[in-house]
Amino acid sequence: MGKRPAFDEIMGMSGEAPPRPALAALGRWLDQTPDDELRRRQEAAETTFRQLGITFAVYGDSDTRERIIPFDIVPRVFLADEWARLSEGLVQRVEAINAFLDDIYGERRILAEGVLPPDLILGNPQFRPEIAGMRPPHGIWAHICGIDLVRTGPDEFFVLEDNARTPSGVSYMLENREAMVRLCPELFREYRVEPVDSYPDRLLATMKSVAPPGVRGGSAGPVCVVLTPGHYNSAYYEHSFLADSMGIELVEAADLVVDDDYVWMRTIAGRVRVDVIYRRVDDDYLDPLVFRADSMLGVPGLIAAYAAGNVAIINAPGNGIADDKAIYSYMPEIVRFYSGGEAKLPNVETWRCREPQALRYVLDHLDELVVKLVDGSGGYGMLVGPTASRAEIDAFRAALIAEPHRYIAQPTLALSTVPTLADSGLSPRHVDFRPFVLTGSNGVQVVPGGLTRVALKQGSLVVNSSQGGGTKDSFVLMAEPAGQSQTQTMGGMTQRQGGGA
Amino acid sequence: MRLSIDHRTVYRFSEPQSRLVQMLRMTPENSHDQTVARWRIDVDCDVKMRRGRDGFGNAITMLYAEGPIADIEIAVRGEVLTSHSDGVVRGVSEALPPAVFLRATEATPRDPAIAAFAAEITAAADGVVGMLHGLNRAIHARFTADRARPEPGLSAAAAFDRPTATSRDLAQIFAVAARSLDVPARYVTGYSIVEGATRPTPHGWAEAFVEGLGWVGFDPFTGRSPQEESVRVAAALDAAGAAPVAGSRLGEGEEELDVAVTVSAQ
Repeated sequence: MGKRPAFDEIMGMSGEAPPRPALAALGRWLDQTPDDELRRRQEAAETTFRQLGITFAVYGDSDTRERIIPFDIVPRVFLADEWARLSEGLVQRVEAINAFLDDIYGERRILAEGVLPPDLILGNPQFRPEIAGMRPPHGIWAHICGIDLVRTGPDEFFVLEDNARTPSGVSYMLENREAMVRLCPELFREYRVEPVDSYPDRLLATMKSVAPPGVRGGSAGPVCVVLTPGHYNSAYYEHSFLADSMGIELVEAADLVVDDDYVWMRTIAGRVRVDVIYRRVDDDYLDPLVFRADSMLGVPGLIAAYAAGNVAIINAPGNGIADDKAIYSYMPEIVRFYSGGEAKLPNVETWRCREPQALRYVLDHLDELVVKLVDGSGGYGMLVGPTASRAEIDAFRAALIAEPHRYIAQPTLALSTVPTLADSGLSPRHVDFRPFVLTGSNGVQVVPGGLTRVALKQGSLVVNSSQGGGTKDSFVLMAEPAGQSQTQTMGGMTQRQGGGA
Repeated sequence: MRLSIDHRTVYRFSEPQSRLVQMLRMTPENSHDQTVARWRIDVDCDVKMRRGRDGFGNAITMLYAEGPIADIEIAVRGEVLTSHSDGVVRGVSEALPPAVFLRATEATPRDPAIAAFAAEITAAADGVVGMLHGLNRAIHARFTADRARPEPGLSAAAAFDRPTATSRDLAQIFAVAARSLDVPARYVTGYSIVEGATRPTPHGWAEAFVEGLGWVGFDPFTGRSPQEESVRVAAALDAAGAAPVAGSRLGEGEEELDVAVTVSAQ
């Protein structure tokens, strides 16, 4: 693995000093700040996270204690022009995802025109016939998308997967930034970094914008809530954090009732009509009358209210079909079909093991490839060929032969690295990236930041928090206003100032 | 044929309930072979009702009731004119492509025993329609009819091992068998006189999709296609998806369900 030339996002293609010219100051900071000092700050940040309770539970772990995701003090940085180009690709992709969902649960033009094999959709458990023919208010399905990317060069990004259900991790984006501003203020004096703390406002504006048409405006405006499965959910911190920072109610199913095809929230002052629900409850549990009848986490009648157009559900039910890894491999065709142009953000080359020829190739190259379960997530059910043992490869070979349709395979890319504080000091570690893209009735916006995940083990390509990954802050640098020099120091700038540029 | 239908559903609760939300699939619609002359749903307490459609395109009525509710009776009465058909379903608006109905569900899982049975029965059959009729007759012949209320949650795979079967079980077994032959199949709920005048549940049968012909009804309870003695109400992947009532209640205690369906030809 060590022989692969990986692009280092701070040090550049060489991976060694001098750093990329635009990041010379960051290179100096890394050089001049003693490791002990970096470690002290990193520990301070992690202490805060532990106190806040930003923890997650590791699945398949007999020790079910909750852990915090390790935080790395060295940020990853996107230059303004790199970000602008990346954003164009993200907007195009998310627009296509929304168009795809609207089509696939409506007219199904994409099947009629032979772009996708129909059985891939119609036989897919993620395609939910229970909500076919229902259309969300304003025709928007994927209000919050997290597009997982990997990078191999300054402008070389590849989409690894699309998260169109409930992409998590936004609380890390916000908390990591807060920690960085507090612990490394000098970096924000050196660089003009796009603020991310406007995320809750942006999300709330997005939610309000998709309220059912005709909802009373005025000072009250549409009523929005966050629906959580409860405090034992591994992402509960994020649910309460988001509700809190948007200033809206965090509710559980028992707090909501559906009456006369409208959704109401029980409050001590009586019932309040709810117009928009940011739900962190999976489709299967959303409404026991329509999905799993044994669900205690859902709201009976919610889908009827939704079908009647009286409530917006964020993200819309049925979105899993756009997340599906078997569909992923067709995303270039899907983007072309709905946007009329080539995808600006390419996919990672993907072999669909359901196709006999692809399966043969994959079986012959298991030691070079990453093999994934079509319906797996979080790094579970995944083979990383180059680092796998003989036994793991044999187990996957047997599984592939038994159920080829459940797997896809991809090459191992030379993922970019970012210097990371390891036990032995600063050392390059592979990273991926999840930007968050919001779609409301007034358009698509890319939040200038995101969740950077880092594989803390040397040489490792698996960044999932459940598999020993950590996170970093993700800086997006502001475009330089014309006529100002790049070395301008923004003395005393805080994150709340917003982008004056 | 003019069929008169009286379908009463009574829930009695051991403790008063503070709320009920129910989704009713109890409204037949006009098609080529059935005309709804008169239809009404009455509830014996103060409720709000809203009409809509589920994802499969079935007409639904949402029922919302505020407590305290000790019991509730839903009375469905109507008259439907049916005409003689050859089993081919005509004039029904289809919400989903047939291929959706190849998928398995919890109640209609892929099952090796049913698949082997289907393969054996149809080995010598000529054409898809002949194959499906053969399958329908074979399922009819294999089981003793059970006219009781079906056992909740019993899957087609489990029902296949038993000597007796309800119309629901037979139809779900048919759906699993047809799908194992790569023929899309679905569960249909409705009213029929084939099980006798009065019974403790609506009737269930199956439809299979035949290329070039469309959806064709098969009733393994009789071993033939449903004809003018049947009123089609709802269709889905399995019986649960087409259930006449999907309900949820807020309150303690047990519930007792009493259903009486009377179908008479005039």
